[in-house]
Amino acid sequence: MSEVMGLKAKLGLDVFKPGEEAHIKIKPGMEKDPRLKRAILVCPAGLYSENEKGEVELTIDGCLECGSCRLACGTEVLEWNYPEGGTGVQYRFG
Amino acid sequence: MEKFDTIIVGAGLAGLASAYTLAREGLEVLVLERGDYPGAKNVTGGRFYVNPVRDLFPDLWDKAPLERFIAHEGVTIMAGERSITLNYNGNELSEKPYQSYSILRSKFDRWLSEEVEGKGAMLLSKVKVDDLIINNGKIDGVLAGGDELHADVVIACDGVLSLISEKAGLRQPGLAHDYAVGLKEIIELDPELINARFNLDGDEGAARLFVGEVTKGKFGGGFLYTNKESISLGIVVGIKDLMEDNPAIEAPVLLDEFKQRPEIAALIKGGETVEYSAHVIPEGGFKALSSLYGNGILVAGDAAGLALNIGFTVRGMEYAMASGYYAAQTVLKARESGDFSAENLATYKTLLEKSFVLEDFKNFRETPAVLENPRFFNYYPEIFGNVMKDIYAVPAGPKNKLYSTIKKYMKLGDMWSMFKDLRKVMKI
Repeated sequence: MSEVMGLKAKLGLDVFKPGEEAHIKIKPGMEKDPRLKRAILVCPAGLYSENEKGEVELTIDGCLECGSCRLACGTEVLEWNYPEGGTGVQYRFG
Repeated sequence: MEKFDTIIVGAGLAGLASAYTLAREGLEVLVLERGDYPGAKNVTGGRFYVNPVRDLFPDLWDKAPLERFIAHEGVTIMAGERSITLNYNGNELSEKPYQSYSILRSKFDRWLSEEVEGKGAMLLSKVKVDDLIINNGKIDGVLAGGDELHADVVIACDGVLSLISEKAGLRQPGLAHDYAVGLKEIIELDPELINARFNLDGDEGAARLFVGEVTKGKFGGGFLYTNKESISLGIVVGIKDLMEDNPAIEAPVLLDEFKQRPEIAALIKGGETVEYSAHVIPEGGFKALSSLYGNGILVAGDAAGLALNIGFTVRGMEYAMASGYYAAQTVLKARESGDFSAENLATYKTLLEKSFVLEDFKNFRETPAVLENPRFFNYYPEIFGNVMKDIYAVPAGPKNKLYSTIKKYMKLGDMWSMFKDLRKVMKI
């Protein structure tokens, strides 16, 4: 059996160029909305998590810009944009 | 004021195919790409079928940086503790011109963009289109990085979410049900090891699909393609199934468990993961296609929903290139009258209907509904696996007759529901 590589280590292999502002944001007041919990399962980069207060938090670093959170949670709870030109993930293989 | 004949949003295959076709005819074309270079944001599982688009771009294929031609096909039905693999080898797969190739998009798209620039199109990378310029209901150009850029027509090739089509009012945000997400690792491996493990000779490549336990009963499957010096390994899972419980499992965990399956672990042993990527894929077929055109705008590729999964073949890139080509033909035709209204751009739909693109989507319109049957991803893999287990088993005592072995797993009720499923499969 091969060793499991952690998600952080996997994301560490990718080239990311930092942007100035988070391109995806949880809309204020929506942190406890059940729709957001879907992103915890769906996000390939594991960027969504739930804290002790039952609020969903999003860390944008490592975002692969796939769009699955937008489709799973919807635009009522997420303010969703692509990052600015020349920032974000830059695939070398794709 | 900057004015172009055509502005293309997105330097993926649809956008580049459009730009290539228009620039070849001498039009002033601007392609805007938000990545550092074309391909920087683009992901494929890995395989490109050349035949459908070979004649649309006759000069490209000889020098295209494709990976390996696919000479061996395989499908694996995965149960929890066993699997059944069906391999297909046919002489025609090794005859030129080859039907399909494994492909890495960052490499391919970058190369194609150079060909496009060679034809005279202008390409600007690191530029995100923020909005559309709309005058009297007609799209007149785009806003990008604070600049107003004008054009007779805009072609939205901005990928599966197509925020541009949304801004143009041509579509609503997509429904989870109509999309899947793909997760992929590029695993570098010595080419000689690749050839030995997959029984390949020279530039031959292998393609494998996996269905069943890999997605824990959810819609989707696993894939593996051999590249020249690496393996593309990943999974695709329906977003609707993934976001619901039953069972609740995080997407990256599914990929890790797939990698650890003995069938897979042996193939990638000693390989080194060098990139991890993810991308959304349209899965809704004909019924989920967006509006293809509006006043001063055309939509091509994933942006229009042009990807088609029919189980054994999963395709999108040829539809992207072909729709880009036909969008360009539509622009060329519209230029004759100088009328870029939706009414006149409707030619695009007619061209797609007359081509393999919409013909395929109509032929396979029922397929998404048939394939979303959860029994394909759980029940059948387990039952088939169990039948095989008993067929191969030699117990200490007497062995059951084969028919009673099968009957043990398939009662009358099972047979009946299987018959019903089969009838639906015949719609594919």
